[in-house]
Amino acid sequence: MQSTGVTSIPLAEIAGDLATALVATCRDVLPIAAIILFFQFVVLRRRLANWKRVAAGFVAVIAGLSIFLVGLEVGLFPLGEAMALQLTDPGFLGAGENPGWWRYGFTYLFAFSLGFATTVAEPALIAVALKAEQVSGGTIGAFGLRIAVALGVGVGVALGVLRIIIDFPLPWLMVIGYALVVLQTFLAPRSIIPLAYDSGGVTTSTVTVPLVVALGLGLAQQIPDRDPLRDGFGLIAAASLFPMLTVMGYAQLAEWRTRRSRPASSAEV
Amino acid sequence: MMPLDRLRLLLGGLAGFGRALLGSLRDLLPIIVVIGGFQLLVFQQPLENVASVLVGLALVVIGLTLFVFGLEMGLFPIGEQLAYALARKGSVPWLVAFAFALGLGTTVAEPALIAVAAEAGKLTGGNETWQLGLRLTVAVSVGVALVIGVLRIMVGWPIEWLIIGGYVVVMALTPLAPPEIVGVAYDSGGVTTSTITVPLTAALGIGLASSIRGRSPLIDGFGLIALASLTPIVFVLVYGTFWPANGLGE
Repeated sequence: MQSTGVTSIPLAEIAGDLATALVATCRDVLPIAAIILFFQFVVLRRRLANWKRVAAGFVAVIAGLSIFLVGLEVGLFPLGEAMALQLTDPGFLGAGENPGWWRYGFTYLFAFSLGFATTVAEPALIAVALKAEQVSGGTIGAFGLRIAVALGVGVGVALGVLRIIIDFPLPWLMVIGYALVVLQTFLAPRSIIPLAYDSGGVTTSTVTVPLVVALGLGLAQQIPDRDPLRDGFGLIAAASLFPMLTVMGYAQLAEWRTRRSRPASSAEV
Repeated sequence: MMPLDRLRLLLGGLAGFGRALLGSLRDLLPIIVVIGGFQLLVFQQPLENVASVLVGLALVVIGLTLFVFGLEMGLFPIGEQLAYALARKGSVPWLVAFAFALGLGTTVAEPALIAVAAEAGKLTGGNETWQLGLRLTVAVSVGVALVIGVLRIMVGWPIEWLIIGGYVVVMALTPLAPPEIVGVAYDSGGVTTSTITVPLTAALGIGLASSIRGRSPLIDGFGLIALASLTPIVFVLVYGTFWPANGLGE
């Protein structure tokens, strides 16, 4: 990525990228179209009710994915890199060549805020949380669940960043996290477990992932003696692991509060 | 077609597009608030290349809007109907085949996965074949995950043992894999399940769990996504071990 001025917009580059992206996208979307049509016509032997609409939908999918991919290269990736650059700037940190991990307070705060803010408003999570509230008969509150997941993602991204800064091996972080998940699995109410496991996966939206990945790679490029490929990845993994812990923790808390307040008539959490 | 019907269809389409646009803006808004807050309060200086980044973000919003709008027009209704119809039909071989194909097909086109593969590809010297191989590996692994998940719902295996067993496999493979692939592998677990995969997968799981007697949608319907976040780690670790990305760290 060559650095351009503040006002210049690489229009020609964007147009070229768009053409390339269109070709690649057609290749990517074809398999799912083929699968759907095969099962519709061959296995279920049903006619497509509204094929014009479906065809228009596929055109929109291909065009949309291509434009998104170009936006990724022009917008989200550079944004993540630029934030990493600003956060690790020696002048901003106010330290010499190799600042200690405690100097990166704003980097942790940024990582946490990014994870928390993007998750708490995530539509997929809102839908899952409402469903969980219904099915659990109100023991698991939708709002509490959303906060629990968002806290998990925020803490996950922040710990992932801390890991890059102090050069803690990613497998160890994951082993500790997994061990805690296994421990929690035996302690938490049984009905929450599949939901807790899933909440790790649903949280990372399509806009957040590229930004967080670019942030991690940018940090690994800026901090001395880090290799981007070996050290820069892992933020998404951490962001997917910690919500499992917080959701199971939340369910334990909710169960405990319900049990404690059962003598009182309104046991709403 | 009557002109009035046509108008109604057009208005319905516009409303759908508006909803999709609001959805993508809502995805982007927290990011803009957090980054804007940091620029104003912490750095107190504007971003470099701010015009170009804004154009890029606009493209992201437009692209994601069109993408989701297109999915809701065609793929989602058909996919959900298919998932329910096949779950009710009860033919195990077709259900398994559908689960595999669904996982494979949706993951190949998953935007977040394309993004991670692109970043990993840049670091490995832009090797296109390796990138595509990485995406296909993840796609196959999600297909396998959905097959295991569907069988689990039908047989009634507890999800905990599958997940814990998966973790053990991940931990056993990690020391054997080249350290450069570990981060990519762990991250690819989290990215497989976003825009396309989650709605279709959830429809399959909940449809299946509610059509089998004695299965609870809460306990058995969820859990597919968790499996689909675990198998990519295993498969990518193996992929990276047998096919190391060349030109590392250049």
